[in-house]
Amino acid sequence: MQRSIVNSYALRNDFPIFKKKINGKELVYLDNASTTQKPYSVIDSITDFYTNYNSNIHRAVYQLAEEATELYEQSRKKIANFINACPEEIVFTRNTTESINLIAHSWARSNLKKDDGIVITELEHHSNIVPWQILCQEIGTRLEYAGIDENGFLDLEQMIELISSKKVKLVSLSHMSNVLGTIVPIERIIKIAHEHGIPVIVDGAQSVPHMPVNVKNMDCDFLVFSAHKMLGPTGVGVLYAKKEFLEKMRPFMGGGDMIKEVFKFHTNYNEVPYKFEAGTPNIADVVGFGAAIDYLEKIGMENIRRHEISLTEYALDSILSLKYVTVYGPRDPKYRGGVISFNIADIHPHDLATIMNDHGIAIRSGHHCAQVLMQRLDVPATSRASFYIYNTKEEIDKFVNAIKEAGRIFKI
Amino acid sequence: MSDDIYREIILDHYRNPRNKGKLENADVTVHDSNPLCGDEIDIHLKVDGGVIKDVKFEGKGCAISQASASMLTELVFGKDLNVVKDLKKEDILENIGLTNLGPARIKCALLSLKVLKVGMVKYYSENDPKSAEQIENESSLY
Repeated sequence: MQRSIVNSYALRNDFPIFKKKINGKELVYLDNASTTQKPYSVIDSITDFYTNYNSNIHRAVYQLAEEATELYEQSRKKIANFINACPEEIVFTRNTTESINLIAHSWARSNLKKDDGIVITELEHHSNIVPWQILCQEIGTRLEYAGIDENGFLDLEQMIELISSKKVKLVSLSHMSNVLGTIVPIERIIKIAHEHGIPVIVDGAQSVPHMPVNVKNMDCDFLVFSAHKMLGPTGVGVLYAKKEFLEKMRPFMGGGDMIKEVFKFHTNYNEVPYKFEAGTPNIADVVGFGAAIDYLEKIGMENIRRHEISLTEYALDSILSLKYVTVYGPRDPKYRGGVISFNIADIHPHDLATIMNDHGIAIRSGHHCAQVLMQRLDVPATSRASFYIYNTKEEIDKFVNAIKEAGRIFKI
Repeated sequence: MSDDIYREIILDHYRNPRNKGKLENADVTVHDSNPLCGDEIDIHLKVDGGVIKDVKFEGKGCAISQASASMLTELVFGKDLNVVKDLKKEDILENIGLTNLGPARIKCALLSLKVLKVGMVKYYSENDPKSAEQIENESSLY
């Protein structure tokens, strides 16, 4: 087993929520694929912004507004640097969902036409399915799915076949499944798509928080992710797009800040990325996101990935030793993130989650916004445990004991 | 805590549901699901002379939603519609012996009653719109 070099026991002191007791027990938070907890540095940076810098950005010339603008733009630089992009390639949105909708609206609507194919996969979150269904209904594009195999791996052959078909004009896929943890061979897919002149959108909501992601190496055309899944505040999402794409794209929303000049009947739009940030943005939370990036970089993304591989391996070994547990997705932690979906005999995930809650353990139960994948797996729902930097092996022991406890209550 | 929720009787109704299946020639069939968790319930009713002559349910979901549906069919089988239409959420929670559920899980317990009430509205709306309206107004379950 690889040794983890993240000291999660020490890190936990940075997160005030772990002082909270649930049913008299210490909180064991295993719903990190949904959202993550926030360290003091993030919470304090938001308080600090409202206490010392609050004002609107980009317009006013007084000192306070200049300081606020500087903090907001510093965050953009930190995030650009984090994924090896340029600051003008970073657009702030509300979340990953909004980022995908922005691409569907501002790029796909103008660049795709009737009968053009859009390829997604059976692993996708609803946020990378529904915007394309809407577009298909409106302009007559066609949605195509690359499937998965029995072990939860993407069917690469089928993906390549779809990419090679002349009709396909866009590929949009998640880098890491939010249900199975599957990490897809993204660089290979992007390379093949580009050989056919097809742009690729990467849904990095699950990968960017948990492993090093470098847009230059990956060569994706778009990358989308959310702050709140990586220690940052809710209400901030990121759209990365290559500058040449952003420059040609239509605005998403019209209004203040996205304009250069407005006349009675026409408008000249602002430069990128501002063209896509209409209205007063979520300034304080963007600043908070910058603090989250600082925190993650201090630990190092390689270390975070190594820590999660170690936890995932430990958890898989423990729960697979229980004969009544079914685990979905790849077994080898090298090919998956720290997201484990499973079922226990005939115990419904909601019932398991209720029993876990008695022990202070927060796990997710349900379809995880991936009903297409649930249909593929032929299960109505799964239970899901997902890890982050502050999770420990001791917590996984508690989690496994709670599974055994559920087995006792349900007389399995 | 969970030992009080998942008692023998709940597990028994979950694993051996009563009145489960389709009903041929049902007078009313209603389907609903809880989008949050995916629990699903269909209820089929055969009504004659103001009395529920037969009732069956189909469904999938957690132990609470399925046991509650099974127990509800036993509760209303052979009952006068006037009695059934006055059923309150408290009656159901008492019927299944779960009065301490949190806000998320209470929806599981009450899904079958919600479906039954919609079925009653559907039934009454054809011959007794006033009763249909009364049930609709009183059916704020949550």
